[in-house]
Amino acid sequence: MAIPEQFAEAVRDASAEKRCLRIRGGGTKDFYGVALEGEVLDTRAYRGIVDYDPSELVLTARAGTPLDEIDRTLAEGGQMLAFEPPHLGHDSTIGGVIAAGLSGPRRVAAGSARDFVLGVRVIDAQGRDLSFGGRVMKNVAGFDLSRLVTGSFGTLALVTEVSLKVLPKPETECTLAFEFDEAIAIDRINRWAAQPLPISASCHADGRLCVRLSGARAAVDAARERLGGEAVTPDGAFWTSVRDQTHTFFSSNAALWRLSIRSTTMPLDLGPQLIEWHGALRWVAQDVEPERVHAAAQAAGGHATLFRGGERGQGIQRLAPPVLELHKRVKRALDPDSVFGPHRIHPEF
Amino acid sequence: MGKPESLPSAQASVDRDEVIRRLGQVLPPANLLHSREDTKPYECDGLPAFRNVPLAVALPENEDQVRAVMRVCHELGVPIVARGAGTGLSGGALPHAEGVTLGLSKMKRIVEIDPVRRTATVQPGVRNLAISEATAPYGLYYAPDPSSQIACSIGGNIAENSGGVHCLKYGLTVHNVLAVRLVTIEGEVLVLGGDGLDAAGYGLLALTIGSEGLLGVVTEITVKLLPKPQLARVVLAAFDSLEKAGQAVANIIAAGIIPAGLEMMDRLATEAVEQFVHANYPLDAEAILLCESDGTPEEVAAEIERMEAVMRASGATQIRLSKDEAERLRFWSGRKAAFPAVGRIMPDYYCMDGTIPKRRLAEVLQGIARLSEEFGLRCPNVFHAGDGNLHPLIMFDANVPGEAEKAAQFGSRILTLCIEAGGTITGEHGVGMEKINEMCVQFHPDELEVFRAVKRAFDPQDLLNPGKAVPTLHRCAEFGMMHVHRGQERFPELPRF
Repeated sequence: MAIPEQFAEAVRDASAEKRCLRIRGGGTKDFYGVALEGEVLDTRAYRGIVDYDPSELVLTARAGTPLDEIDRTLAEGGQMLAFEPPHLGHDSTIGGVIAAGLSGPRRVAAGSARDFVLGVRVIDAQGRDLSFGGRVMKNVAGFDLSRLVTGSFGTLALVTEVSLKVLPKPETECTLAFEFDEAIAIDRINRWAAQPLPISASCHADGRLCVRLSGARAAVDAARERLGGEAVTPDGAFWTSVRDQTHTFFSSNAALWRLSIRSTTMPLDLGPQLIEWHGALRWVAQDVEPERVHAAAQAAGGHATLFRGGERGQGIQRLAPPVLELHKRVKRALDPDSVFGPHRIHPEF
Repeated sequence: MGKPESLPSAQASVDRDEVIRRLGQVLPPANLLHSREDTKPYECDGLPAFRNVPLAVALPENEDQVRAVMRVCHELGVPIVARGAGTGLSGGALPHAEGVTLGLSKMKRIVEIDPVRRTATVQPGVRNLAISEATAPYGLYYAPDPSSQIACSIGGNIAENSGGVHCLKYGLTVHNVLAVRLVTIEGEVLVLGGDGLDAAGYGLLALTIGSEGLLGVVTEITVKLLPKPQLARVVLAAFDSLEKAGQAVANIIAAGIIPAGLEMMDRLATEAVEQFVHANYPLDAEAILLCESDGTPEEVAAEIERMEAVMRASGATQIRLSKDEAERLRFWSGRKAAFPAVGRIMPDYYCMDGTIPKRRLAEVLQGIARLSEEFGLRCPNVFHAGDGNLHPLIMFDANVPGEAEKAAQFGSRILTLCIEAGGTITGEHGVGMEKINEMCVQFHPDELEVFRAVKRAFDPQDLLNPGKAVPTLHRCAEFGMMHVHRGQERFPELPRF
């Protein structure tokens, strides 16, 4: 029996027996989420790149394909996943990347995991093999279910195949460092981002703002001259450490909070922070009262997630009552019997 | 093309006077139109082949009025069709004869511009171009630029997930929106998205964008703004075959270049526009490419040099570079005037919107040429080459008996070709009423059922833009078209890297 058919059968069996399934790739993000429920359905046997033609800027891969394999294949074509997904372990699969919907440093300039999803093939809660979106760059036929399942942590459908837009690697990159405190760093980086400069990432930690420039050599050289600062060489390892959370900031044993907020929000009084995305992403590595973190995020127009450590249950993402109600309805519409690992992102759906 | 008369009727027959009376309690008299002479101007959108005069037109001025209208319609079971500027090309804003058209044109306030955070918060009736005009003093602009950008509204752009000639590099509407306020059919307000780059919970904002008014009505939108590129220049290249032009497109992308715009026109299209706007296009070429570079002066200079080299190596018979802004705009003027130019030669044209993988271009264009002969109708092609989005323009004369039907059949066959090539029936114009039948070809009945389940999660009574975008299985059976398996390759076992 073909692997997708085996998956479909597992879903139908679970549904008939009122069990629930926890879809899992390499398991590198098991730490994440409010609750882990259900019996593991491992996607890794279903792997391989189905289609990749650099001149189409589209790559289609099966869910269990290792992220490393995708990176290698794209690199051979001079291309990359522009949302720079975190590799939170060597076993990361592309299915897990899409289910988690996490993006790395380049997200602020290039867009998110969800932005680059063009289409998915899924097994739905009834065990049906369905396709949404496509393998083309522009497609507005039907509701955008591919982007809906991205970031849903396997709670809506089992993604078996995904098509992603890919981009050429920049011709050149360099990183500049500035000794700025948080307030100055947040102000400067937002002002620079409003100018036509080839900034592809920023990170502030330990009193230092690092800014990455990417693009044509001529543009990067001109921007470098204009911005000044001190060149960080080599800079590849630094950005990998931010992306994969191997930077020393993340070595703390305290709970790690992730705040997605308005980029121009002035420094938050929540202890040591690593700031990405020009201020729109703030990592807090300190055991803070959850209520204080949620309140700070909400006041800044965003939300907070307990990313790692602490007590799982405290990391519930806050949703306004009518928005929560809609989430429950959407979950019921796609997975009426809660076959797909419910409660991973919220205890109510 | 679908048939507009087959829009589903409201559950119970609607008491017209009661609807108008109740709407009159929540809207000032000037904001509610119900006499036939007042409602007739709303009978169609940018696709005039479909017309319906609505029961009434509500023109709210604020979110509270939108909510009130939604509550009344919800309670009385009256369909609601939201409408922006009415420039859509797929009949998405075609009124429902027993429904209320909810026109958002009076909600056109720019609520806030934050030049440091690089966002603008606007009401749905604000014109696409007005956002860029309002933010120009800060050196910022809103990137998605559909051809109708002088007239189309941002609310309509949200409904259709509009693109534009620059979307290969800068993305579609979905990539450039941070948050919306969405009024549900029950009259509740939901904030989807937020001030951060990603929001809590599911990707409901992305789901809403491009949902063609079936899930809710947007009353406020926060868009991302980008720094305006300092300079843009365009290369015009001519080719003696469509294949070579198509190969040049692939070579540019393979060289690691993402042009700001990359457009192709075939000979028929070039001839049509040249007579109209005198853009000085070469008339002896089988295809021309327009390839734009933007950025800093250093960046543009380096990129243009690479673009020209690739064009030459791909066999371009002629290459011209815009020497100043006036010439750049002239090069583009022809492409932007392609639709009206064709409209000048022939009384009617029908614009298609399929998208295909770029490598199948030559094959699909040959297929379109064969169909053109078969139906005896001319069909110039303009093409967003960078992202594979085709706009064949089927020329016909509706006054010749049978020709409109022939054009519709021709169009439907083109869309089937696109699906067979692994593409889609609509890249940016939406399904609306126009391509409702072709949805049955592109999607399996099970997939359509999932769309309907999502629709019910938002709108259980099917009051929001009913009968559009997602066909019923009944309709598909009536249409008699079978689902075509997408992208069936001739040798599926061969790897195609």
